[in-house]
Amino acid sequence: MSTVENAVIAVPAGVKLPIYMDNHATTPLDPRVLDAMMPYLTKTFGNAASRNHSFGWEAEQAVENARGQIAKLIGATAKEIIFTSGATESNNLALKGIAEMYRERGNHIITQVTEHKAVLDTCKRLEKYGYRVTYLPVKADGLIDLEDLKRAMDDKTILVSIMFANNEIGVVQPIAEIGKLCHERNIIFHTDAVQAVGKVPVDVNKLNIDVLSLSGHKIYGPKGVGALYVRRRNPRVQIAAQIDGGGHERGMRSGTLNVPGIVGLGAACEIAGNEMAEETARLQGMRDRLRAKLEGSLDYVHVNGSWEHRLPGNLNMSFVYVEGESLLMGINDIAVSSGSACTSATLEPSYVLKALGLGDDVAHSSIRFGLGRFNSQAEVDYTADKLIDVVQKLRELSPLYEMVKEGIDLTKIEWQAH
Amino acid sequence: MAYSDKVIDHYNNPRNVGQLDKKSQEVGTGLVGAPECGDVMRLQIKVNPSTQVIEEAKFKTFGCGSAIASSSLATEWIKGKTVNEAMQIKNTDIVKELALPPVKIHCSVLAEDAIRAAIGDWKKKNGMENLAEATHNAAESVAAQ
Repeated sequence: MSTVENAVIAVPAGVKLPIYMDNHATTPLDPRVLDAMMPYLTKTFGNAASRNHSFGWEAEQAVENARGQIAKLIGATAKEIIFTSGATESNNLALKGIAEMYRERGNHIITQVTEHKAVLDTCKRLEKYGYRVTYLPVKADGLIDLEDLKRAMDDKTILVSIMFANNEIGVVQPIAEIGKLCHERNIIFHTDAVQAVGKVPVDVNKLNIDVLSLSGHKIYGPKGVGALYVRRRNPRVQIAAQIDGGGHERGMRSGTLNVPGIVGLGAACEIAGNEMAEETARLQGMRDRLRAKLEGSLDYVHVNGSWEHRLPGNLNMSFVYVEGESLLMGINDIAVSSGSACTSATLEPSYVLKALGLGDDVAHSSIRFGLGRFNSQAEVDYTADKLIDVVQKLRELSPLYEMVKEGIDLTKIEWQAH
Repeated sequence: MAYSDKVIDHYNNPRNVGQLDKKSQEVGTGLVGAPECGDVMRLQIKVNPSTQVIEEAKFKTFGCGSAIASSSLATEWIKGKTVNEAMQIKNTDIVKELALPPVKIHCSVLAEDAIRAAIGDWKKKNGMENLAEATHNAAESVAAQ
């Protein structure tokens, strides 16, 4: 009889359970970021919009300092940074604000099928308001085809919104080329760069980006704060405010600024910029080691999405003939996520993996590992050992694995879908 | 998602994992579900021809923890029962025993289907088709290969 739990995989010295390896979902706050924020959560509590006393001036100075830190990380100027509550708001503001402002120029928007829901659902709403949206497909490696993009552009196209790096498969799109195509045609280029900023070099000028969304909690900063970069020159991009009020953020986003959050976002950007080269090398090394260990011990595993164009900390693999949720149950001391339907609220497998042309059965078997700043090689080794053990045990339980091993072609069976 | 202790127990220590000789006259095989739906159960029974008692039951399941637990529990329950008694097991009994949440009820339905499919296959093999409910299951196409 096979038992899933009884396997004793030794926990290496220095590894504390549970292990957090889901850094695309969120990241822990870097202690250095907390240190930077702390004064603004306690004694320096002023409203950055208070112009007539020192409490306000100190808060404003902290905000402007953070604006500079963020701008520096993405090659922008401080005046081009608008603070928001997070990337969902940034994406909403970018898409709705541009759609509204440029309505007379045209009503066509181009995006792609593997965007985050914050972009896809915003586009769906804009469709209800009379905008036309083209959702570009992706190739098997998760990248868009630039020829598809060119073909989709017409004289009514006002905006292209293509994410920098995907949150599930970590695939990095050809941003500079997309931006170039947009600029040649006088189309605004927005990118949801939540997963990319602080992880890979981002320069809005070199990459021809006009509008960019970023978030604090994906880069070891606090939750509840994000920013939108809005280009001021060549071309100057205008955005219609979606939240009205006191006219903060040059009228583009009203609301009292979240000073401690903004200070944290700024500090997180500065640390990310300073440590990116070292961190990239370390994360890539651990990710490659994890992949090599898993592939070395298991058959029928494969990487989802382009390996070459990928975030340093992302590994998305399918362990075919094992269902993702049961896999997560067996490694419950390691926090990762799955594209399995059973782990989603909608009971639908990952739309991103399906967009790659993977069958639902492969999507059901996928695990996303998100390595981050605070993961260690010992954690990677433990994760690999534990996962190999659980996959092997679940495959002993899997009728599909047994049938494939016996040479039965699963596609020839008349399954009864339910 | 929080699992009940019973689901975790079946997941950690699945009962009656394995396979029986599907060509044997005494063995009935039910293969239900589909890989693209994320769960496939194969449940097999070995029936004593004179007493019609299910003497052995084996399963293998591709699916979530609740699907594994539902099929594991099903094999436990049908062992020692007659074929007719086993047909009385309802998916709601499985839901109750394992405290399955609403989103996992389909796992119990699949386990009930697997029991019926295995019994149906056995009846067909033994010329009792008229007694069997209409069971069209994937086991037939596997057996045909």
